[in-house]
Amino acid sequence: MGEIFQDPGLMARASSAIYASFAIAFLVAFLDLIAGLPFAWFIARGKSRWLRVVDTLADLPFIIPTVTLGYSLLLFWNKSEGVSQLFDGSRPLVPEGWLLIALLHFAFSYPAVVRVIVGAILDYQVVYEEASRTLGAPPLTASRTVTLPILKSSLIAAFTLAFSRSLSETGATVMVAGAFETGVVFINNTRVQGREGPMVFVSLVLILTASLVYLAIRLLGPRFRTPVKRVWPYAERKLSDFKVIASRDSITNLVFFAIVFIPSLFIVLPVVGAVTGGTLDQAIAGIGVWQGYWQSLLLSYFVATIVTLLNVVLSLPMAVLIARKRWGSGASTALDVLSNVPLIVPSIALGASMGIFWRNFAFVPEVALIIFAHLSITYPYFVRTMVGAVERVTMDLEEASRTLGGRPFTVFRTIIIPLTKYSLFAGTIMMFARSVDETGATLAVVTQLKTVPVLLVDWVKKGAEVGATQFDIALGAGMLVLFSFVILLILRYVVRGRY
Amino acid sequence: MFGKKILAVDDVSLQVNNKEYFSLLGPSGCGKTTLLRMIAGLIEPSKGEIYIENKPVSKLPPEDRGIGFVFQTYALFPHMDVWDNVTYGPRVKAWEESKSESVGREMLEMVRLYERKDALPHELSGGMMQRVALSRALAAGGRLLLLDEPLGALDAKIRLELRYEVRRLVKDLELTAIHVTHDQGEAMAISDRIAVMKKGRILQIGTPQELYTNPKHIFVANFIGENNFLEGYVTKTSGGKVQIELRGGLAASGSDTFIKEGERVVLAVRPETFTIEKGQKRRANSLFGVVERVRYEGTNIRYEVRLENEDMVVVLRPSLMGEWFNTGDKVTVSFPSEKSYVFPYPSRGLQEELAAE
Repeated sequence: MGEIFQDPGLMARASSAIYASFAIAFLVAFLDLIAGLPFAWFIARGKSRWLRVVDTLADLPFIIPTVTLGYSLLLFWNKSEGVSQLFDGSRPLVPEGWLLIALLHFAFSYPAVVRVIVGAILDYQVVYEEASRTLGAPPLTASRTVTLPILKSSLIAAFTLAFSRSLSETGATVMVAGAFETGVVFINNTRVQGREGPMVFVSLVLILTASLVYLAIRLLGPRFRTPVKRVWPYAERKLSDFKVIASRDSITNLVFFAIVFIPSLFIVLPVVGAVTGGTLDQAIAGIGVWQGYWQSLLLSYFVATIVTLLNVVLSLPMAVLIARKRWGSGASTALDVLSNVPLIVPSIALGASMGIFWRNFAFVPEVALIIFAHLSITYPYFVRTMVGAVERVTMDLEEASRTLGGRPFTVFRTIIIPLTKYSLFAGTIMMFARSVDETGATLAVVTQLKTVPVLLVDWVKKGAEVGATQFDIALGAGMLVLFSFVILLILRYVVRGRY
Repeated sequence: MFGKKILAVDDVSLQVNNKEYFSLLGPSGCGKTTLLRMIAGLIEPSKGEIYIENKPVSKLPPEDRGIGFVFQTYALFPHMDVWDNVTYGPRVKAWEESKSESVGREMLEMVRLYERKDALPHELSGGMMQRVALSRALAAGGRLLLLDEPLGALDAKIRLELRYEVRRLVKDLELTAIHVTHDQGEAMAISDRIAVMKKGRILQIGTPQELYTNPKHIFVANFIGENNFLEGYVTKTSGGKVQIELRGGLAASGSDTFIKEGERVVLAVRPETFTIEKGQKRRANSLFGVVERVRYEGTNIRYEVRLENEDMVVVLRPSLMGEWFNTGDKVTVSFPSEKSYVFPYPSRGLQEELAAE
């Protein structure tokens, strides 16, 4: 690690990369809240008959792997066939760098933030807002002084989610960063160059700082108070007017379609070109770069399956332990925070530290390293989902089962599992999808093997060097979406009626 | 988000007088809360008009209707203390600060909770929360107070105490109140007038006494107080009196001017109007039977008597007055015909008509 302390230039590069990571993460999380809240409100409270369609469309970017999303955005904002051709076609509208990274992070975190806020609004008891209205408050005042303060914890959760996802995302960020460096891009660049010292240093700083920021948000968030006592009745009444609300809804829809939806799905155009232009035939025949693609695809799904199965077994007891506070509420909170660590620290940083640790054990095969890395990255997704689900099963039901003669494991099998099976299924899907999508930690632990996201990053970064054309990359990214979607459908079909 | 449309309130027309304490009474799901929420502006009626102080308000949002609303769950803002909850209305209506303060203080003192003004809602008992919710609604200055099952979540004892307190406050402040409840005892105790609802329709409007002594609908006769229903056919009518042949050939008479001879009817007799004697006494409106069950209820003794025709009637007698009877005693139960009601037999069947849902 001494290398970085002896080289002021390298240290300055590392510092500005870390700074850029946090600046972009804060900016993106802030913009996500500003833009996501009215959109979530529109979805949850709107009365339009098209709402279901918009609601479904809002989820689409959510299910596209971030590497695919990254390449789609790169084509849309940066390449000549994208939106640039509407302006000065010779120059990219958005050059590779911080703005493109911010646009990318906004695109993939926005649907998640909207989903969290929509859930919170739907769970929220409208009676508080109604009480406020009957006491004389116009809609905006009611929302500002009553609804938003009550939804505060969900808004903080949405902010934290967007922040940590932005800080952590690696594959797509590397694709669109160009010469610009964020923390994860710096780690990847130094990894490629074989400079372990600077890589470890930045990884450590990112892990520590991310944990501190997360802790600060958790501690200070609940103390943050919105000004509920000040009321501007006339201004707020004017702002509650139907026309203002219609304008707000229009702008929020425009933001979603122009900045999230269309750029995210822009990849469809080159995929169609690849299908009609013969690239699909090459892919099916496994010619050229495609031989490696199919191997990587198999590896990706093999790892995802093993990781999903292992994590269901490993993390279910932890979820019950946390939800039921079996070791006391203090221990439960501590376990909850600890199990969230992989969510908040950049996955490439986590992968780098894991890689260095496991390299001491030469007998461990590389595929096992990928599995270990994915296990730790996906673990919190399942634990979080199941903690929430188990907490919703009231203790009364467990106690009723015990008084009727059920032993603890019987209670778990006959009460907890059946009542949480939707979340169990959702958590399993989320883990599987996250594993297939995972790039940062995989990049950090592999030397030979390549999962599909790693291969696609390689194709984008090296392009002609590895013989991958734009159509190859688009088709490869598109196929990842297609196969994941098919697997999801099969899974749904298999468990249909069982949850 | 999009469900099947349900007709919750159908063809309802009613007028509530100024300074009146009016109750909407009916079983769960009868549309009384929907009607109240329409008056408040929380639900828009698909047809019709609502007037408050002779002004049409159907197009006005809730904040402009000049109402106070007390919710069943109180809906106290959990992030505000008692004081901020109570002064919320004056604040959002931009009243002068001194006026807001004095109204807030006055209302909290009225419900005897000024000393708890710094408490958060979760630190209060159910009864206290209800009183804060009431003072919050009153502090907003509306002349019409809407109460949606305001006592429904309280313990029985506190509910009994608070029902009179709510009425006293409304009367002291000379407000008009519309109170939704499914508890007929509560409605009878506090209301000037009551509208009895079933399946989205108003069946009868009247004072508590009118509804009790002169029910116009068989459901009202059953829902307000308790009743015995005996099925039969009219054998003779004259001068407002009807002779009825009950099942098994038993004879009885009742009062009604609209029933025709030969019509199938239901005779309703309240348990407390029956007298009960040992042995068989032959006179008008006397039915013979055997005491099948006896229940001591404190104020009353409740007898369940199996009549000769196998019908069962319930008889309530004051426990500290008169003779007590035992299971198996042969008895005669009698009632004055002017205190019974005769209803045409419901076309949908008696049980269907009496059913709450």
